[in-house]
Amino acid sequence: TLRLIYTTTAVQRKNVGASGPEKYTEAFIKKQIEEFNLGKRHLANMMGEDPETFTQEDIDRAIAYLFPSGLFDKQARPMMKHPSEIFPEQRKIQWGEDGRPFHFLFYTGKQSYYSLMHETYEKLLSVQKYQDQLTAQDLPPQKEKRNLAGSRWLTKIELEEMLLEKLSDNDYLRFIQLLQKLMTLPRGDMEEKYIQKFTKEVPAQLQKVVIEPLKYDERGVAFSTGEGIRKTAKATATVYDNGTGKITVNGIDILHYFPVLQDREQLLFPFQFLDRVGKHDMICTVSGGGRSAQAGAIRLASAKALRSFVTEKEVEFMRQAGLLTTDPRVKERKKPGQEGARRKFTWKKR
Amino acid sequence: DDKLLSEPLSHPDFFNVKELFSLKDLFDARVHLGHKKGCRHRFMEPYIFGCRLDQDIIDLDQTMQHLQLALNFTAHIAYRKGIILFISRRRQFCHLVESTARECGEYAHTRYWQGGLLTNAHIQFGSGVRLPDLIIFLSSLNNVFEPHVAIRDAAKMNIPTVGVVDTNCNPCLITYPVPGNDDSPTAMELYCKLFRMAIIRAKDKRRQSEVFDELR
Repeated sequence: TLRLIYTTTAVQRKNVGASGPEKYTEAFIKKQIEEFNLGKRHLANMMGEDPETFTQEDIDRAIAYLFPSGLFDKQARPMMKHPSEIFPEQRKIQWGEDGRPFHFLFYTGKQSYYSLMHETYEKLLSVQKYQDQLTAQDLPPQKEKRNLAGSRWLTKIELEEMLLEKLSDNDYLRFIQLLQKLMTLPRGDMEEKYIQKFTKEVPAQLQKVVIEPLKYDERGVAFSTGEGIRKTAKATATVYDNGTGKITVNGIDILHYFPVLQDREQLLFPFQFLDRVGKHDMICTVSGGGRSAQAGAIRLASAKALRSFVTEKEVEFMRQAGLLTTDPRVKERKKPGQEGARRKFTWKKR
Repeated sequence: DDKLLSEPLSHPDFFNVKELFSLKDLFDARVHLGHKKGCRHRFMEPYIFGCRLDQDIIDLDQTMQHLQLALNFTAHIAYRKGIILFISRRRQFCHLVESTARECGEYAHTRYWQGGLLTNAHIQFGSGVRLPDLIIFLSSLNNVFEPHVAIRDAAKMNIPTVGVVDTNCNPCLITYPVPGNDDSPTAMELYCKLFRMAIIRAKDKRRQSEVFDELR
């Protein structure tokens, strides 16, 4: 140990904030777990349920019932969870009583990361040796299936959580490169298990929009329905095949419901785009919004209904033309201190 | 307890490290080969036997003496339960050095050396750290062909060093330099084997003497 010969007052003053985040001792966490279990049993008794079969969901419901809170942030509301979820996992002291560290790579600073690299490199060497043995015996190389799109590598944050250590971007890149190199070699089953520890399943593929098939009514005519929204107006449209091009809105013909040419043009646009102007009948219901909004809503609804009548290529054309996208523009709210959503009060110089 | 510690110091070669290696072993492992004449370091000239076709040849008699002293010293440190740290910044032998250290039960550092590991240890690791009692350099240069920072840091922290110095290295600050080749795989495997055997022998002897003391 070094002997401190001369110090300034600055060094002698204890800097409370510089010691880092609070370190929780093992005894403290044990006590917290005991208190949690006792509290769980008390809560179960209070709610009148069986203490033995009181799950975490029951705890959450009980707390939400006993301490109702109107706060928006769920994390700010009162909660009762197991201490391992509340207190973040921390590193215990790395050396024993005689001072010798437990891990052989302790003096590098990042012991878990480097030991991981060491293990992965060992696996790589063993696989290469196995491959050399095979070529020495002149056996053909093994072909194996690899799941291409089902899994992804762990992200840097997930790896940090796994190792309980901070990593730099370069370290993470190096590790992923090593794993990819291991992947490319023809590997045995043991390596698969090891690599699976560092992969995650990609949950679901992109949700493909399912085009509903055509339905047939009593007369044998094919029809399909669609719904559309535009700026507080909601519309539902049913498009019938073998028609003359009649369009009815809320039981009223479009000429009477939409006196303005612009709105009628909006309604006809999907049919015009697909060159099916006079071939379909349409009956729609619409509510809410204004004149133009209702027209836009019916347009979207009819386009969605027409998807079932049309090939996939034409559906793609419709999507690119913007017929199938819900217009997200809504009325912007008025802010305090301004006259409208954007308009400020008149600025007076003096 | 005092007898346990003072007894090995009375013999010049208590752990009999001389029998671990011979001149022929060193020659077969190509330990005598150095770098070219242009790479020669001025302070390595006493250890060089001669120069053949521009390549330096290291004097194996001197290497034998130095290696025997170094192994004896490591064995004594291991007998007294000291912490030994293996350092080598050569990427080819990183795995070998780490596995050697793991088998001995000692420690290794074959990665990028962070500035304050020895000098700033109390802040980097925690307040009760124990620093290594011996540092063994299996290659005394780092990847940019400059002397490893740990040599200077060990000298600052009063930690004895044992190091394999090649013809382009600076043997000044190393307490027990061992002139020899640090580039061939055979030479590195030989060094790893020698250090491993010395440390394991010393630890076994310590365990035996402790058992004898308890029986008495």
